[in-house]
Amino acid sequence: MTFTFSPIARATAIVLLAALTSVSAQAQQKLLPAQSEVGFVIKQMGVPVEGHFKKFDAQIALDPAKPETGKIAFTVDIASATMGSPEPDAELPKSVWFNTSKFPQATFQSTSIKGLGGGKFEVAGKLAIKGNTRDAVVPVTLVQSGATTTASGVVSIKRLAFKIGENEWADTSMVADDVQVKFKLTLTGVSKF
Amino acid sequence: MNTATAPLRYNGFAVVLHWLLAIALVGIFSVGLYMADLPFSPLRLKLYNWHKWAGIIILTLSAIRLLWRLSHKPPALPQSVTLGMPNWQVTIYRATHVLMYALFFIVPLVGWAYSSAAGFPIVLFGVLPLPDFVSANKPLAELIKPWHEISAFALAGLVVVHVTAALKHHFIDKDGLLARMLPGKA
Repeated sequence: MTFTFSPIARATAIVLLAALTSVSAQAQQKLLPAQSEVGFVIKQMGVPVEGHFKKFDAQIALDPAKPETGKIAFTVDIASATMGSPEPDAELPKSVWFNTSKFPQATFQSTSIKGLGGGKFEVAGKLAIKGNTRDAVVPVTLVQSGATTTASGVVSIKRLAFKIGENEWADTSMVADDVQVKFKLTLTGVSKF
Repeated sequence: MNTATAPLRYNGFAVVLHWLLAIALVGIFSVGLYMADLPFSPLRLKLYNWHKWAGIIILTLSAIRLLWRLSHKPPALPQSVTLGMPNWQVTIYRATHVLMYALFFIVPLVGWAYSSAAGFPIVLFGVLPLPDFVSANKPLAELIKPWHEISAFALAGLVVVHVTAALKHHFIDKDGLLARMLPGKA
């Protein structure tokens, strides 16, 4: 005779699991997406053009007093990328650019966090976009105000290292290799520092 | 007939600017027509930027040309020509020139305003960022957009009138009017 969970037992388990998860989430810091921004700036023949991602999420466990024990996992929903006009937005999901259907998410997973003092941190980790993983060092500045903390920074990445813009679009005289990624994340639950 | 204050032909610099801008305007108008229907591609991106750079150069040359024209009296129409012209032709002759000069500035400035409003500041030759005299604003960009095209077509129409009249004087009236704008001895 095989042992099976009754629907009630299963429901109870799910509720318990959810409660546990929320407890551990409370122990961490929470991202307030509505008050956060992740943008990027590309250069087309010298012309800066801005875009941003509408959907992203972060799991952050960071004690500013002991940053080296922290962990940051960041996920961006690539299909939510927009450059503010329909033409380029129709291009971004295509395989030569983000290939969104095959690689719907970009992720950053921290490997080490270094405190530089004065609310500044250096987060080293693995950045994965379009199936390519590269080491990245992200400078982060924390500013606290009331119950929330903003984590902001700018990091320059090389688009070709991630094969963003292939074939004819690999030409850097047309679209520069350097892409600036800017973020401003509003967090709750960061302990005072 | 021949007096010191009334030159018979345009001076050398005016002639050079006239033909240089004639070629440039035909070129930029053709590129503008062609690029607007291109699908999103590196070629489209290139042509748009070249079109903007060329537009800025034309705007600058037009400013120089206007200053030159205001400071160097152009030759008056020879009496032999005006005598044979009905009044309406003289009116169109004057209006065409004034409107063409106005559009030499309006067309590129409206294009520049559109580019800025659309969120694409002009970076001359890819290195020199030009100021935006209109801030990035999508609804405003949509409002401005048709006027670059309309003003460009208006200029093209005036050019057709201007060229037709010049050819009529040259080939039908055979009055030598065109020679005033051709390279040659002053």
